[in-house]
Amino acid sequence: MKKYIMQRFIISLFTIWLIATICFFLLRALPGNPFLSTTIMTQEMVDKMMRYYGLDKPLVEQYFTYMSSLLQGDFGYSLKYAGRSVNHIIRTTFPISAQLGLQALLFSIPTGLFFGIVSARRRGKKVDTFLSGSTILVISLPAFLIAAILQYIFALKLGWFPVAQWRSFTHTILPTIALALPLIASRTRGMRTLMLEVNEQDYLKTAKAKGLGEGKTVVFHQIRNAIIPMITGLGQEIATLLMGSFIIERAFSIPGMGAYFVNSIIGLDYTMVMGLTIFSATFVVFANFIVDLLYGIIDPRIRII
Amino acid sequence: MSDINNRIRNILTKEDFEPIKKAELEGDLIVRPVVNYWPDVLRRLMKDRMAVFCLVVILAMILLSVFVPIFSPYSFDQTDLLKSNHSPNSQNWFGTDRVGRDLFTRVWYGSRVSLGIGFVGAILPYLIGMLVGGVSGWFGGWIDMLIMRIIDIGLCIPPMIYFILIIVYFGGGPFSMILAFAIMGWMGAARGFRGRVLQFKNREFNLAARTLGASPMRIVFKHILPNITGNLVVGLTAAIPAAIFMEAGLSYIGLGVEPPLTSLGKLSADGSLVFRTYPYQLFIPGTVISLIIFSFFMFGNALRDALDPRLRDLPAKERRRLRK
Repeated sequence: MKKYIMQRFIISLFTIWLIATICFFLLRALPGNPFLSTTIMTQEMVDKMMRYYGLDKPLVEQYFTYMSSLLQGDFGYSLKYAGRSVNHIIRTTFPISAQLGLQALLFSIPTGLFFGIVSARRRGKKVDTFLSGSTILVISLPAFLIAAILQYIFALKLGWFPVAQWRSFTHTILPTIALALPLIASRTRGMRTLMLEVNEQDYLKTAKAKGLGEGKTVVFHQIRNAIIPMITGLGQEIATLLMGSFIIERAFSIPGMGAYFVNSIIGLDYTMVMGLTIFSATFVVFANFIVDLLYGIIDPRIRII
Repeated sequence: MSDINNRIRNILTKEDFEPIKKAELEGDLIVRPVVNYWPDVLRRLMKDRMAVFCLVVILAMILLSVFVPIFSPYSFDQTDLLKSNHSPNSQNWFGTDRVGRDLFTRVWYGSRVSLGIGFVGAILPYLIGMLVGGVSGWFGGWIDMLIMRIIDIGLCIPPMIYFILIIVYFGGGPFSMILAFAIMGWMGAARGFRGRVLQFKNREFNLAARTLGASPMRIVFKHILPNITGNLVVGLTAAIPAAIFMEAGLSYIGLGVEPPLTSLGKLSADGSLVFRTYPYQLFIPGTVISLIIFSFFMFGNALRDALDPRLRDLPAKERRRLRK
C-alpha cells in the first residue's frame, strides 16, 4: 500500500512537471510577445520591458529560473496586471471559484443520488418517466443557456434573486443551481443504471432470501454497492466543474479564476497562463490521486498493494 | 479386427447409404427471406418513433444549414445598421442582431460550422485512436507498453490545457478546435479500441483466418472491425454532441471561432450580452443547439438498444421502459 501510494505520488509529480515544461516551451514558441498585443509601444520600450522581466535571456536559463522559483511556490509577477503577482491573483480568485464549485458539488451529490435511487426503485412508473425525461432535457441544454433561463425567470421576471455579481449568499444561489443542474442530471442517470445493475446481482438475492427487510436490503446492500463506481468519476468531475464554472462565472459576472484565465491566454501573459495552468493541473492531478486511493479503501474487491 | 468389421456390418446395412428422396429434403429449406444483423437493426430502429423523429430532426438541421446560407438573400456577415436589433418579422425570420445582420442566415451558417466541428471533431479522434489502438493491441510487446504509458500520462493532463495550448498556438478557429478535439480524444478511443482488439484477437475465427494466411490488416479490418462496429457507432453518436457542446462552451467564453465567422456557441455568446432586452437573440440559437444535442443523444440511445440483440423482440416502448 505504502509503495503504491509513493509510486502514484511520484507519477503525479512527474505529470505536473511534464505539464509545466511542455506549457513553458510551447508558450515561448508562440509568435509575438506580451507587450506587442495591447498598447502602442516603441521597439525601445518593448525591449526595456523584455529586459525588465528577464525575457531577453536564453530560453534555457529562463526555464531554470522559472522552475527554481516554482519549487519555492512562487509563480512570478503578471505581465499584464502591473504590480500584481500571480500568487496574489490566485489567492483572491480561487476561493470564489472554489466556493461556487463546492456549493454545486454539495448540492448535486445528494440530490442526484436521491433522484437516481427513486428513479430505479420506481422503474417504469410515472416518477421514473418524469425524471428520465427531465434529465435528458437538462443534459441537452448548454450551461450558458441554463444560466440565461434561470436569470430570465428567477431574476428578471420573478425578482427573487439578483441577476449577477458576487456579493452575498443570495448572489451565489442562482450560479450554484446553474452549475449543479447538469451534474444532478448526469448523476441521476448514472445512479439509476448502477442501481439496476446491482439489482440483478446474486448477493442481493441472498440478502432477500435470508429475510432481510426491504429498507435494509436497499440501503446496506443495493445503494452501498451501487455508489462505488460513482466515486471514480469524482476526480474527473472536479475537472469539468472547473471548466464548467468558467462559463457560469462569465454568465453571472463572478470574479473567479475563469475570466483571468481567458484574458491571460488572449493577451499572451506568460506567467499568468503558466501559473493558472499549473495550479489547476495540480488540483486535478491530485484530485485523481486521492480518488484512486479512496477507491481502493472503499471497495475491498479492488486490491491495491 | 474382423470382429469389429462384422459388428459394423450388422449395424449399418446397405439401405442406410441410399440417398433420400428429394421431397424429404425440402423440410430443411429456408423459405422466409434471411434477415441479417444490420437490416434487422435498421428495422428495429425504424420501429422506434423517437429514433425516427430524432433522425428527421438531424437530417433537417443538416439540410437547413447547408441550403439556407446558399439561397438566403442575406449573407452571414452583411451588416445593415438601419435594421439593428429588429425582432423576428416576415423579412428577417429570426430577427436581426445589433449590427443588423440577418439572424436566420447566421443561425444556419453557425450550425453549419458547429455541425462540421461536431462531426469532424468526433470522427477524427476515433480514426486516430483506432489506428493507434489497433497497432498497440495487435502487435503487443514493447510497442503496446510504450503507447499505453504515453496514453496514461496524456490522460492525466487536464483537457483544458490541451485546448489552451492549441488555441494559443494556432489561434481560435474551426481548424484548431478540431485539432484540439483530436489531440484530446484519441487517447480514450485508442484505449477502448485496444481492449476490443485484445478481446477478439485470439478468438477461433481469427485463429482460422491467420491459419489461412490472412494479413494482420485484413484480420483487423475484416474480422475484428465488424464485431465492434456497433460499439463504435454508439460511441460516435455520443461523441458528436459532446464535441458540439465543447465548441459552444469554448466559443461562449471567448476561445472559440473568431468573427466574422460564427457558430451556434458564438451566436449564443453574442446573444447573451443583450438577452435582457432582446431575449430572442440568445434563445433562438440556444434552442437550435439544444435540439441538435437532444436529437443526437436520443438517437444514440435508441441505436444502442437496437444494436443489442437481447432486446430484439421487445417493442420500442417496452425497451425504453426496461432500459438501464
